[in-house]
Amino acid sequence: MKKKEVPQDKSNLESANFRELCYAVDENGEYTTENSTGWEPKTVALKNAIEEINERIEDAKSRVLKGETSPIEYYMELHKMDVGILASYVGFWQWKVKRHFKPSVFKKLSDKTLNKYAEVFEISIEELKSMGR
Amino acid sequence: MKPETIINFTHHQSAHCENGVVSNLMKHNGFSVSEPMVFGIGSGLLFCYIPLLKVNHAPVITYRALPGHIFKKFAKRTGVKMKREKFSNPKDAKARLDENLAKNNPVGLQVGVYNLLYFPDEYRFHFNAHNMVVYGKQDDRYLISDPVMEDVTSLSEKELEKVRFAKGAFAPKGHMYYPISFPEKLELEKAIVKGIKDTCKAMLAPVSYVGVKGIHKIAGLIRKWPKKKGVKTANHYLGQVVRMQEEIGTGGGGFRYIYAAFLQEAGKLLGNEKLIELSKEMTEIGDLWRDFALEASRIYKNRSAQTDSYNKVADQLDHIADLEKVFFKKLKKAV
Repeated sequence: MKKKEVPQDKSNLESANFRELCYAVDENGEYTTENSTGWEPKTVALKNAIEEINERIEDAKSRVLKGETSPIEYYMELHKMDVGILASYVGFWQWKVKRHFKPSVFKKLSDKTLNKYAEVFEISIEELKSMGR
Repeated sequence: MKPETIINFTHHQSAHCENGVVSNLMKHNGFSVSEPMVFGIGSGLLFCYIPLLKVNHAPVITYRALPGHIFKKFAKRTGVKMKREKFSNPKDAKARLDENLAKNNPVGLQVGVYNLLYFPDEYRFHFNAHNMVVYGKQDDRYLISDPVMEDVTSLSEKELEKVRFAKGAFAPKGHMYYPISFPEKLELEKAIVKGIKDTCKAMLAPVSYVGVKGIHKIAGLIRKWPKKKGVKTANHYLGQVVRMQEEIGTGGGGFRYIYAAFLQEAGKLLGNEKLIELSKEMTEIGDLWRDFALEASRIYKNRSAQTDSYNKVADQLDHIADLEKVFFKKLKKAV
């Protein structure tokens, strides 16, 4: 890549006010660095990944409303986690976390257990139970 | 008055966090070592498909060595001694950090990205192998030199604790590291040769998930994804391949440009013309990786579903793999 070809496309880096560093060659073939505001192919890839996550969040939300899963799954998706990551944050086995997805099990959870989830998601137990409604 | 420590530390932005922290800590201690030099000596370049691990519900490919390995290999090959500590208790982790700052010693930390508030939201994933330097404390905020950022920043005590004790794969467990002793004179020549040989060995490894063979493997998977997984998932997977290749930290082209910069610098230092020529070749290969990313992005942007277009990008990867096979054989002989 030539220094003057380092892409300067619009991207979400703008919101944090920083440009990333790329390596490129100058007109004499010497390696140098140049800042980039973004490159469209990766901005699109990131946008699609975020959309995918948003779909998962919406899907989890509608399943909570239908009584098919507990708000824990919704908040897990909201925090871009999977069962493995959530399990390591709350300190339970994965099968136990999955069990807590069952609305019937969730209803009977102790405040102590609920609090572990609430702390990880940085919300109150009430918010966890009501899914922020 | 709150105690205040500000170490006179110069922040240099780098492409990749791990090289950047090493390079910045070395410079702080009076040894001028560039980011590409750290990357090359530490054998950072790699291609590896990790079939058992999924991130964001998609397969993982890495274009670089495992977190921490660049650092370890660089230190070993240059004779720098590092001190590394991990903690089970956040309090101890904080105490040791404060102790070092009080001694005027800036330290490297491994942290999770998800709670790094100064990153744009879209970039905050559960990725736990980010690196930064802490160089002081002011008004109860830690002063942070994050190598991928243009400028320095800061985090509160609580914020720093959170990122140091992020959970999940590669959990940092408060991991802190800093150099404790240096050789009298930094001799890079031998270290460069070792670094290059090691990279060639990995890229030419007779293992189907690694190096040149790994690239062919992924090309084969891309051909199968649309039929086997459906177009939506195939595009999601393909998007992740491009993201891993071009994400912040790679310097572009899946680290190929940083590596080319290293070969050029090494060639001059060793007076080895062949390395300078090979640097040009690596740049061209980097351009082909960029072409692949561009072509792949057309597929997932338009959400087009022609099997032809998947085959086309897979062909591009197979071509790159063939070129890299020849390249690393030549590189091996050049040193």
